[in-house]
Amino acid sequence: MIAIIDYGVGNLFSLTSSFGAIGEEVVITSDADVIRNADKLILPGVGAFGDASQKLYESGLDKIIVEEVKKGKPLLGVCLGMQMLFDKSYEYGEHEGLGLVGGKVVYIDLPQQYKIPHIGWNCLRFEKDSPILKYINENDFVYFVHSYHAIDCEESLVATTDYGIPITAIVQKDNVYGCQFHPEKSGDVGLKILKAFAEIN
Amino acid sequence: MITKRIIPCLDVKDGKVVKGVNFDNLKDVNSPIELGKYYSSHGADELVFYDITASSDGRKLFTEVLTEVARQVFIPLTVGGGINTIEDFDRVLKCGADKVSVNSGAIKNPDLVRYGALKYGSQCVVLSVDVKRVGGKYTVFAKGGRENTGIDALEWIKRCVSNGAGEVVVNSIDTDGVKKGFDIPLLKEVCDIVNVPVIASGGAGSIEDFITLFREVPTIDAGLAASIFHFGEVSIRDLKNKLKGQNINVR
Repeated sequence: MIAIIDYGVGNLFSLTSSFGAIGEEVVITSDADVIRNADKLILPGVGAFGDASQKLYESGLDKIIVEEVKKGKPLLGVCLGMQMLFDKSYEYGEHEGLGLVGGKVVYIDLPQQYKIPHIGWNCLRFEKDSPILKYINENDFVYFVHSYHAIDCEESLVATTDYGIPITAIVQKDNVYGCQFHPEKSGDVGLKILKAFAEIN
Repeated sequence: MITKRIIPCLDVKDGKVVKGVNFDNLKDVNSPIELGKYYSSHGADELVFYDITASSDGRKLFTEVLTEVARQVFIPLTVGGGINTIEDFDRVLKCGADKVSVNSGAIKNPDLVRYGALKYGSQCVVLSVDVKRVGGKYTVFAKGGRENTGIDALEWIKRCVSNGAGEVVVNSIDTDGVKKGFDIPLLKEVCDIVNVPVIASGGAGSIEDFITLFREVPTIDAGLAASIFHFGEVSIRDLKNKLKGQNINVR
């Protein structure tokens, strides 16, 4: 069973529906025991890093997540949930992340002709192989909505997308995975990514 | 690079998708759930789901229909109609919407855009604006295009974007339902004054109208239409193939 961590942030409905569509059982939970008993964890998130990370830390669930990850449990962070895997974010100030993946989150600094947020469908360029890519192909499209992105994370970089500069799209460090885009909103390609994650041992 | 988006719009009344010509003569087309599912699996990049009568008679969206659409649709879903308060944001986001579109509610209470963006982020707040030329000036209309507010449309759009609207849907009442193409002059002006994604709405009658849109207004991000998709006049797959043939980047 996959636990979607509910700390008061994020579009849990869509993630739940997506796993339902691929026949995976999920539970939305803020209960430490349920998280401990789950096979895999999803860390969702939308909104601002500071608010979301504060809510996560106040819930105390950050410690449970880190404990379970250290035991080898697969974790997938989605969008802001992915950004929270890193060491630090510089979104409106400086905030501590979970430190599960090396790197930091900064504003996407681009020439004026590029609109921010980076909203829309963009294609993936694979940087290295990963179990999460099992069912998808290079140049498949996924849906992004974000103004900040992860940098200094070369050793965990699985896929990027091009928005004038390479944007970190997928990372993996051991059993910790992250998608900057929304797999639950990326049509069949997104469902295939969730399926690949659900099948990771 | 990021692609141009093709967005079918589902105008909903009493749980059914409708499409009016110049907002009158509403006509039942199909089930929002079936249409949403169909589009989600046939190349639509996003869906916009409006309760078009909500802002005039205060009726709330039928949340059951919305929830069912969201349960079966795995592409981004924008919901609008009757969004007047932050509680309305909460209500539709809980039903599975990704973005919330504000129109008359923002005109009544311009702080709504700011509050929505502060609570949910700019990416969640879509400004939808119905624009009509009045005395040669682009003017904002409220209540589903029925009420002239006298507000300058370009000033209004700029103000809402600076308050945190993350996207703008520009619906031209002058071209809506006429099927002779998008309102290119209006869209060019809007794209020149804001640096957030702009979605063209109103007037699509053929594949050529989309080609003209993306050629004439290169900074436009998306084209939205309803009836030509719902009635099967244009399939999204054909449209995208033609756009690709014109070197317009689509998914």
